[in-house]
Amino acid sequence: MGRNRLRLVIGLTAPAIILIALPFILTRYYVDLTIVFFAHLILAVSFRLITTTGDFSLAHVPLMGMGAYASALMSKYFGWPFWLTLPFAGLASTLVGLIMLYPLLRMKAFAFFIGSYAIGEALRLSWIRIGIFGGHRGISGIPHPSIAIPGLSTISFAGVLPYYFLALVITVLCLVIMFRIDRSRITNIFKAIHSEESLVRSVGINVTSYRILAFEVGTFFAGISGVLLAHHFGHIDPHQFDLTTGLYLLIWVVVGGYTTFAGPIIGVTFFTILGELMRPLGAWMPLVYGLILIIGLLFLPEGLESVPRRISPLLKKMRVRGTSA
Amino acid sequence: MTFQLIVQTIINGIQLSSFYALLAIGLSLVFGVAGIANLAHGEFYMLGAYVVWLFYGLRGVNYVAAVLLAMLLVGGFGIVIERGIFKPLRGNVLGVAIISVGLLFILQVLVGQIWGLGYPKRVDDPIMGALNIHGVTIGWQRVIVISAAVFLLGMLWAFLQRTKLGRAIRASAEDSEAASLQGISINRSATLAMGIGSALTGAAGALMSPVSAVHPYMGHMALLIALIVVIVGGVGNLKGTVLTAILFGFLYTVITTFLDAVIANIASVLFMVILLAIKPGGLAEHGT
Repeated sequence: MGRNRLRLVIGLTAPAIILIALPFILTRYYVDLTIVFFAHLILAVSFRLITTTGDFSLAHVPLMGMGAYASALMSKYFGWPFWLTLPFAGLASTLVGLIMLYPLLRMKAFAFFIGSYAIGEALRLSWIRIGIFGGHRGISGIPHPSIAIPGLSTISFAGVLPYYFLALVITVLCLVIMFRIDRSRITNIFKAIHSEESLVRSVGINVTSYRILAFEVGTFFAGISGVLLAHHFGHIDPHQFDLTTGLYLLIWVVVGGYTTFAGPIIGVTFFTILGELMRPLGAWMPLVYGLILIIGLLFLPEGLESVPRRISPLLKKMRVRGTSA
Repeated sequence: MTFQLIVQTIINGIQLSSFYALLAIGLSLVFGVAGIANLAHGEFYMLGAYVVWLFYGLRGVNYVAAVLLAMLLVGGFGIVIERGIFKPLRGNVLGVAIISVGLLFILQVLVGQIWGLGYPKRVDDPIMGALNIHGVTIGWQRVIVISAAVFLLGMLWAFLQRTKLGRAIRASAEDSEAASLQGISINRSATLAMGIGSALTGAAGALMSPVSAVHPYMGHMALLIALIVVIVGGVGNLKGTVLTAILFGFLYTVITTFLDAVIANIASVLFMVILLAIKPGGLAEHGT
């Protein structure tokens, strides 16, 4: 017990120190990249939260966009402060998600996958068409977040360093909440809906309401992720949230693995690093993504998260051989 | 004037419907027989258009020969893909769909890098000019698209109804277990369906290449249309697919004529959502 606790403390403090030190070590470019990485972490983990019920939603990226647009509009046109736009943008995504769910809940598995793509695409197309969303050009000049403390002063997150720490705090908070959800009884029900739906029904659990719950919680965090991106870039347009982004998200989570909480985190980390290493490839990048996805699905169907599980018996065997020799 | 507009809209509707049907039928067939949800379907369509551009547009090969070549090449490619990467995952619909996403990215990049991004490729009409009947103009290419689509769909129908192989494919789609008990090879049916479906998709791209912009990302919109038509028609239901293609072809044409294309896309999706909310199993419940 004591040893486990020590491990936990070290396991948490080491990354914490690294994450706090990072922006002081890295160049501006990499700090920007890490902020985007944080937003993608929230996006992927929340996507995976919905998949625990068996619903793979391609509307997740458009719903992230909904959060981004909501926050951009609220802060630019209404002048709302960041601490208000953040939750309200999440709620805006949730609300739009709820409307989408009305037809989507009638679909299962693959039909849900396709249906969610079509409905997400309709949402995205409406941004092009409806004037306030700025059409193809989107919205630029999204203000930097600042938090006013009444009577004292205003903390501005205009610089890249303060924004990094703001994003870090929000990301850690979101991940901790989703981790708690993942370890709670609710997730067991989500997973049971995925694997044994009729059994779940037979013990009197309302499957539909749990599917709504999973989708809505995931969508809220997608919205938060969108807010982080919108205020970071200062500009958003409908093309950032198109099918390509949705498919990338799918690749991160599927290649990383979606059976455990760590899977999408591994996936996003892996592909972010890979993307940087292969930046010289330029336009050939999606091809490498595609190859990795195909190879991964054919040879590692449970994702990268299953690598240690697969390797450990081998290591054990080698260790046994080592001691006996 | 109004009369001409109505006739024009109807003809445009027929043309779009026949294109939709030809585009979607391959996806529906493959899904019904082999459970393959090929999200790279739009890229197969794109390949068909590129084959025509390469041989007819650049080399001056006869247009009909180029279309046949497109069907042959895309169909063959479909068979290779089915054997190579879809077969190991058969039975896992979502897995196949996701692996086809990898294929989608690879094809887009390869085509874009080999033949360039930039401006869309132009393919000239094989027969210039337009048919003019009482002030209603119909481009010759549209006449070709309509007649070719009707011909190809008729051929498919005859093949599925009248030949032994076709019946085997239908049997595999209806009940694969019972079919295999009758000595029908599911593997063969799946490969054959994928070959035929891909060939028809390639034909759709080949026929549309003179009237649409040929570029590496033309598959996106084609995929959305094909998915809507297949899902509403009832997955794997060919009759339903054709009926839905006609329905959405006219819906899209009318809205594009009187409003604009983006609204037409949104309306198509919303219409699909409403239909699915009322009839979750698709428009037609039974029959292949």
